[in-house]
Amino acid sequence: MVQPNVAKTIHVAPVSRIEGHAGFEIYLDDNGNVTDARLMILALRGFEKFVVGRPVEEVPRIVNRICGICPWHHHLAANKAVDGCLGVTVPPTGKKLREFCQMLAFIPDKILHFYFLAAPDFVLGPDADYAVRNVVGVVGAAPELAKQVVHMRYKTQMALEKFAGKVIHPIAAVTGGFSHPMSEDDRKELMAVIQEAKEFALFTIKFAKENVFPKYLDAVKTVGVFPSGYLGTVRPDDGALELYDGELRMMDMDGKYEQFKADQYMDYIAEHVEPWSYCKFPYMKKAGKLSLDETNPVGVYRVNCLARINVCDKMATPLAQQELEEFRSMFGRPAHLTLLYHWARLIELVQCCERAEELLNDPEILGPEFRAKGIEPRAGEGVGCVEAPRGTLTHHYKTDDNGMVTMANLIVATGHNNAGMNLAVKQAAKALIKDGKYDQGILNTVEMTIRAYDP
Amino acid sequence: MVKIAEEWLNSCAGCEIAILNIGDVLVDLLPSLEFVHIPVLIDHKYYGQVGERKNLDIPEAVVGIVSGGVRNSEHLEVLEKMRERCQILIALGTCATNGGIPALGNMDTLEDIQEFLFRGSPSTEPGPNPDHENYHVPKCFDRVSALDEHVKVDISLPGCPPHPDWITAAVLALLDGKTDIKLPERSVCDTCPTIRERKKGLGDLKRVLTTPEFDYSKPVNEMRCLLEQGFMCLGPVTRAGCSGMTGAAPRCIATRMPCRGCYGPISKDSLPIMDYIGALASVGYDTTRMPDRRGYLSRFNGAHGVLKKLG
Repeated sequence: MVQPNVAKTIHVAPVSRIEGHAGFEIYLDDNGNVTDARLMILALRGFEKFVVGRPVEEVPRIVNRICGICPWHHHLAANKAVDGCLGVTVPPTGKKLREFCQMLAFIPDKILHFYFLAAPDFVLGPDADYAVRNVVGVVGAAPELAKQVVHMRYKTQMALEKFAGKVIHPIAAVTGGFSHPMSEDDRKELMAVIQEAKEFALFTIKFAKENVFPKYLDAVKTVGVFPSGYLGTVRPDDGALELYDGELRMMDMDGKYEQFKADQYMDYIAEHVEPWSYCKFPYMKKAGKLSLDETNPVGVYRVNCLARINVCDKMATPLAQQELEEFRSMFGRPAHLTLLYHWARLIELVQCCERAEELLNDPEILGPEFRAKGIEPRAGEGVGCVEAPRGTLTHHYKTDDNGMVTMANLIVATGHNNAGMNLAVKQAAKALIKDGKYDQGILNTVEMTIRAYDP
Repeated sequence: MVKIAEEWLNSCAGCEIAILNIGDVLVDLLPSLEFVHIPVLIDHKYYGQVGERKNLDIPEAVVGIVSGGVRNSEHLEVLEKMRERCQILIALGTCATNGGIPALGNMDTLEDIQEFLFRGSPSTEPGPNPDHENYHVPKCFDRVSALDEHVKVDISLPGCPPHPDWITAAVLALLDGKTDIKLPERSVCDTCPTIRERKKGLGDLKRVLTTPEFDYSKPVNEMRCLLEQGFMCLGPVTRAGCSGMTGAAPRCIATRMPCRGCYGPISKDSLPIMDYIGALASVGYDTTRMPDRRGYLSRFNGAHGVLKKLG
């Protein structure tokens, strides 16, 4: 280990109840105090390289495999980039079908994250025995609610599967729009599910505000606390929180921001490489460098729901807006506390349900023009951006005359949050581990700061 | 109570979501199952709960489920430990059985991949490759491999992801003491209800830049076969099963999209890239003009030495 003054290394792996492969290390000096800590992302798959040479319209069916939790978001970002390469304008109906699927995909993901992955820490306590600190333990502690959660998650997943064929590793978005239209029967069935999901979302945020968050406000205010910048997508005309298509807003830690279009991403973001992680470290290019010193971080920004809640001027739907107002009255803007990601996630859940309902109420979603016509292979370049559960996805492709991929550059959510998660681990470890004293509860509390990002 | 351990290697978590998509039935199954290790849901740690051990360990279990292929030294170590600790090992998903999408990376060398990622990408400030000798990160191997290239696999459940029905069926059969669980060796076409006219002389294959002909108000069994409509559809050489036991049309076809082979080859010994040429010739397509033949026909089965860097 290339670490100066390290008397002891605590190595924890795998980071669990997250959707990915990671481990972390905490380095202690002779007195048992933390000198440094690192989160290491362990996987390398090389999608950027192996999509080169493929027909570009096939790429959205390949890169969805970047993530089995958010395959829709990669599928859609990729399709937007392909549209750009081939110079295609998606008709409004096609765009709405895509956005609807994205909203519906968000709903079970947020339910999964809050109840299955995060809730065990809150329901059973961060220092509960690991054998019960999990979803099975939650089922034991609150069987009726757990049944409802499993059912709601399943129902929303299956609704998307029925409409779009495959819910995991989707195929239904295509170059220029969507693979098929939506019928009135589809609309009615989906509306019933969305309305039930909306009720459940409102119940969940109320339940969390009454029973979960108050108990842990102290932890929320002390663990994983550091200021940073934020990146998210907003609607260009009014700055409302946007998930499918808008402009990117990069906010610094004091709340000042710049707004830009997806294809300008390289003017604002650069990626730094470290030899101890397979994941690169994107940072704010205008800061000139990246520093992971938790007392004075430089260039660090975060993505995902808390970032989106911070950068937006308002929510895009009325009930979510009420929730944002309450949140801002308590935590201000920007809110820097890592564990607030959970609260922000539930505010977004409300917006996703409301927005899905709006889209289903829009007659245009039933239109016959679900896909652009006359699409031909050509040399081109496209950047596609959407917001995934964990944050902004940027897919950037170039093609040759035959529409074959010649270059692909991807910046995905885990990358954007890599620096932030490292700082959160370091801050939490330094705050919680003193004089060589630690136990599984303390290490799990450190891990909770990673889990908050849902990496 | 049956003890289960689950691991994901070079994977995306889609197989784990497929497990959750068993849905309401999973809640009924839970009392019969004891998950002793499953990183996506449970906090059991390889090196002890406070990192006190030097060596990686996983609790003993009757059933071990592993998704993902093998790309690095940690994947291999975890896989070998799972094999050692579990009586029955299930390879879950096409990455585990055939390499899956990540095995497309076998068309490049590791050095090519790292050169682009860490030094070639337009937004990246050039830096070093991850250094497994000096830091606690795994050594990345030069290619992606399937589980049975390293250990004995007892049950293979392919699919990207596998349909939850197959996972449920396997678990129920195992609870019943049965271990001879196998997906049928049939092709996607064998289970596809679209209309085939078997006319010859169809010319060139089309890319999916246009929409096939169909009437969305009518069921998929009134749509003409997508291959016969001229779209490259991997149905003839792909294992059936993507609709689980529902009896519904193959899922991509039901979405009016051609199959891309995500359940892998029909049997262990079949090679789609050879069989497909025959299937196409029989309906009169000119296969010599097919673009990116390897990228289509070996998209999900690049392990087992099927995909290599050419030249």
